[in-house]
Amino acid sequence: MAFESLTEKLQNVFKKLRSKGRLTEEDVKIALKEVKMALLEADVNFKVVKQFTKSVQERAVGQDVMNGLNPGQMVIKIVNDELVSLMGSETTELPIKPGNDMTVIMMAGLQGAGKTTTAAKLAGKLKAKGKRPLLVACDVYRPAAITQLQVNGEKQGVEVFSMGDKQKPVDIAKAAIGHAKEHQQNVVIIDTAGRLHIDENMMQELADIKENVQVDATVLVVDAMTGQDAVNVAKTFTDKVGIDGVILTKMDGDTRGGAALSIKAVTGKPILYVGMGEKLTDLEQFYPDRMASRILGMGDVMSLIEKV
Amino acid sequence: TKTRDNIVKGFDSLFSGYSSIDDDFYEELEEILIMGDIGINATTAILENLKTQVEEKHIKDPMECKELLIDSIKEQMYVDSTDYEFENRKSVILVIGVNGVGKTTSVGKLAGKLKDQGKRVILAAADTFRAAAGEQLTQWANRAGVDIIGGQSGADPASVVYDAVAAAKARNADVLICDTAGRLHNKKNLMEELRKIYRILEKEYPEAYLETLVVLDGTTGQNALVQARQFAEVANVNGIILTKLDGTAKGGIAVAIQSELDIPVKYIGVGESIDDLQKFDANEFVNALFNVDERARSNGEDNE
Ligand SMILES: Nc1nc2c(ncn2[C@@H]2O[C@H](COP(=O)(O)OP(=O)(O)OP(=O)(O)O)[C@@H](O)[C@H]2O)c(=O)[nH]1
Ligand SMILES: Nc1nc2c(ncn2[C@@H]2O[C@H](COP(=O)(O)OP(=O)(O)OP(=O)(O)O)[C@@H](O)[C@H]2O)c(=O)[nH]1
Ligand SMILES: [Mg+2]
Ligand SMILES: [Mg+2]
Repeated sequence: MAFESLTEKLQNVFKKLRSKGRLTEEDVKIALKEVKMALLEADVNFKVVKQFTKSVQERAVGQDVMNGLNPGQMVIKIVNDELVSLMGSETTELPIKPGNDMTVIMMAGLQGAGKTTTAAKLAGKLKAKGKRPLLVACDVYRPAAITQLQVNGEKQGVEVFSMGDKQKPVDIAKAAIGHAKEHQQNVVIIDTAGRLHIDENMMQELADIKENVQVDATVLVVDAMTGQDAVNVAKTFTDKVGIDGVILTKMDGDTRGGAALSIKAVTGKPILYVGMGEKLTDLEQFYPDRMASRILGMGDVMSLIEKV
Repeated sequence: TKTRDNIVKGFDSLFSGYSSIDDDFYEELEEILIMGDIGINATTAILENLKTQVEEKHIKDPMECKELLIDSIKEQMYVDSTDYEFENRKSVILVIGVNGVGKTTSVGKLAGKLKDQGKRVILAAADTFRAAAGEQLTQWANRAGVDIIGGQSGADPASVVYDAVAAAKARNADVLICDTAGRLHNKKNLMEELRKIYRILEKEYPEAYLETLVVLDGTTGQNALVQARQFAEVANVNGIILTKLDGTAKGGIAVAIQSELDIPVKYIGVGESIDDLQKFDANEFVNALFNVDERARSNGEDNE
């Protein structure tokens, strides 16, 4: 794909300027045009890109070119550093309470993002850590959503709490908490139906659950392939429901996942995990630095720069 | 109630906000197109074309420019009625795409639509992988009132398709619709599995018109282009079903796909009920994408 040559392009831009020791405003401007293209191809939100290139521009102009780097690499280094810091430099974990204190997690997101699958993946991960999870079937709309959760729960050896599809999700959630207390389960993971962020009734349903049940962490599940609208989605879920973290799914594809950066920039909430496949073990830690080079469409150059 | 808040809402103010067509104008237009997921390549192509026309026709007024732009995208997105030939013939529809885009739902909706036209429809549940995929399609088959073959978890999808073809012949079905498992286009073995399914349909059911539709999620960004391209490598893709257009993203990626790959959008998904599948209408689509003119009308009708 075109963006794989970003490094090359930047190096060409700077070929003529090799002898220079400082980056001028014009040098940086030309280089950042290529960076901007790369970010847009990666589906980073346009407004985020604009803001981002502006702050890189400010930082880069007048910088001394580091020993051993050419100006192109220098710009990449600055861009990468800024991306990483925007993305959050550390990995963040779900806030699971110690011992037998109960933690309630609610999954939320658009249709088909991967909530049900991810709920089961999380349950398995927590079980392996010695927790006693309970999965709760609050999607009463999608055909066979409950069966899907039950099949996955069984695979994970985790109980699934369901009251069929005739009860209100908020009532199911309340009853599930009672059930978990009774059975000494200490992590409750609520699977909810997919919903559009502009569907006010459905958004209210999530707010209602939070009002009636002490939810410790609301996790927004986002398809890594989402385009420019990702910021609207994330922002609306943040405003209407409130979220504590994000899980990016389908990262085993070849998307560059620019939505991640946009969401982080807009909500400020950490990305907790990434989904790396359909198998219930395919949930991995999130590493901001790797994500940064993926979004830029680079790999090796970073290691090259790191060595300097 | 849903509120429509357009990602390209700058569109109208752009044209009224400029008194002449200059670089700033083009730059802002570029922004708007990119914000609509149209992508850099297609956006560049659209702008070049526009600039040429503006020059040739000596256009000075931004409003005239707007008409030109919209008309040329509409023209590009136009779907011929012969593209729905499979609706009038004995046919088999293969539905493919990446995970969670809306394949099973679209199969259910399509079944309902064709059944309503008085056709005998059979569904093949060839997603034997995802948890409860068979149960999900069975519920759709019940809603649509049509037969379903397969649905056994863990079965070989190719053999499900094989059986479904046999059933379609035996029961003299008008249309066989095959649901398949979601697969990312970069997974070699899963794409090979699909190629195999396609071949079975070609070979075992030559008397049926084979229509292959790729389902794309309307909120997807630039990756959808790669998806469409890769699926077109393993099957002869005839069209696209663009789903989830009831959200705010208006599927601008379809413009990029039409422009770069020349694959037409044939249906759009606008909700989760059985009636929420419509034939693609270039006029409506482009108007919605840019939120032009029909805005007053759609605002009034947009309550659920
Ligand atoms: N390749 C891949 N597929 C995934 C991943 N996570 C989920 N999926 C698949 O994506 C599809 C949708 O997943 P679900 O868990 O049903 O999504 P959901 O958000 O619960 O969907 P709704 O309940 O309909 O809104 C399924 O085919 C999953 O197997 C992932 O990380 N990688
Ligand atoms: N709002 C809206 N939701 C849709 C539309 N089409 C499908 N969905 C929803 O998207 C989710 C995924 O749909 P499925 O039909 O299961 O998608 P799929 O492609 O079969 O998924 P896998 O088989 O897991 O790959 C479900 O919650 C559907 O109800 C649409 O046009 N609009
Ligand atoms: Mg679900
Ligand atoms: Mg399906």
